[in-house]
Amino acid sequence: MSLSRKACLAGVYEHPTRFAPDKSMFQIAAESIRGALDDCGLTIKDVDGLAMAGIGMSGMGIMGFCDYMNLNPNYVDSTSIGGSSFVAHTAHAAAAIAAGLCEVCVVAFGSTIASYRGPMGASGGGGDSCDQFEIPFGPTTVGAYAMVAQRHMHEYGTTPEQLAEVAVTMRLHGSMNPVAKYRNPITVEDVLASRVISSPLHLLDCCIISDGGGALVITSAERARNLKKNPVYILGTGEAVRHAARGQRDFLDIAAAQSGKLAFERAGVRHADIDMAMIYDSFTITVVSTLENLGFCKPGEGGAFVSGGRLRFDGEFPINTDGGGLSSNHPMMRGMFLVIEATKQLRAECGPRQVKDCKIALVHGTGGSLGLRHSGATLILSNQ
Amino acid sequence: MADQKEKKYLKPLPVIDEEMRPWWEALQRHELYVQKCRDCGDLRYHPRAQCTNCLSPRTEWVRCSGRGKVYTFTATYQNQGAGFRESLPYIMAWVELEEGVKILTNLVECRPEEAKIGMPVEVVYEDVTPQVTLAKFRPAR
Repeated sequence: MSLSRKACLAGVYEHPTRFAPDKSMFQIAAESIRGALDDCGLTIKDVDGLAMAGIGMSGMGIMGFCDYMNLNPNYVDSTSIGGSSFVAHTAHAAAAIAAGLCEVCVVAFGSTIASYRGPMGASGGGGDSCDQFEIPFGPTTVGAYAMVAQRHMHEYGTTPEQLAEVAVTMRLHGSMNPVAKYRNPITVEDVLASRVISSPLHLLDCCIISDGGGALVITSAERARNLKKNPVYILGTGEAVRHAARGQRDFLDIAAAQSGKLAFERAGVRHADIDMAMIYDSFTITVVSTLENLGFCKPGEGGAFVSGGRLRFDGEFPINTDGGGLSSNHPMMRGMFLVIEATKQLRAECGPRQVKDCKIALVHGTGGSLGLRHSGATLILSNQ
Repeated sequence: MADQKEKKYLKPLPVIDEEMRPWWEALQRHELYVQKCRDCGDLRYHPRAQCTNCLSPRTEWVRCSGRGKVYTFTATYQNQGAGFRESLPYIMAWVELEEGVKILTNLVECRPEEAKIGMPVEVVYEDVTPQVTLAKFRPAR
């Protein structure tokens, strides 16, 4: 059974907050749901499916949110695979709608990680038996990605300047997004002059820390026809996990290779058909590695591929037109915003940063840590 | 790098479960092991009770030479975690053992600018508490 065009994104909303010490996580999620329902003209009474993940939210946490919202959904999904969770939720919601498990599924997220001001990224592990072989050695989120960057440079000759190009382009896009947290342009020299957090990654190679949230309304293509906005169809999806592979992993092979292949096959489109992409940019290396593994360039060519302005909104292969996690927002999990910005691009709602003639977009979320274990979730979306 | 043995050990300790205890007990004797499936021959680290290739529980413990090469590494300059913030910068690495599997570890007795991928390294055993010994690696001598 093909899922292609059975379900679509009918409403989306990105919460404009970047710092919200006065709000709770659930409040940000609820405000986002109100925004996404307003966006498509549905009401909370229409919602019969809910998907959610959040910082510190266990798989059972979704019941707390149902309680808070007084929701009694027919379908729940609390898949929690890191920042890519919301991308996977979108895929699962499409399948659930196609299978008749629900008709209107809301995917929601709220986070106050920046205003919480606690320590983060000093990896505490997943609470499972793998932890004992990792936490004694001081793995951090940055460090785990940095080990992949170091290996990439060693095998392919990728340079710090090439990684920096990603951050520079994301900041250009951030400067065009009125709600982006960082909007002052930066240069490659600025990135290289920023302090090293975990070699070879500098401060400006790392995503920012913000509060934030968002919501998606996903429904059947049929139901979406009479709603306020033009539907954005879900053409293909894929998901995957990579880990240490019992000590035998090639760390430059990432989950995107598997999830991307599935999404392209299921969507029935080719790489050349993609007009813009939203690529999870937790770190600059994440983008380089993801583009290679998705097949937009060959292994080892990612450094050259991201250079020369190719990734700009007006470039050959625009990505992360909102400024990404490197400039706009990163409330610990960013998959939500990848889906929102891709949807807005496909609706031509992006103003000065709009990609011309945008008909097909790819979304790829990465969750967890590339250098330890991580998830990848890919979507291919279209306005036709 | 600060010698943690002199002070109270602040870094997080492994929560050792019964499945993994023999491996940790071997480290206390300053012996490093990986596992090999007695049925299909697949090699694995970290230890676990069954082969991930064929699910066989028949396991051979393979004593390691303690030698390997740096597969990749990072020198961490920022970590607010207890014990680590006192020992910045420290180097975390995946070391590829001679036996053919990778192990997550720290490089010690090595400055960040000296660390290189492909560098030969050898195991050093750090007895961090009376119950816990960690396998770390230093440049081969």
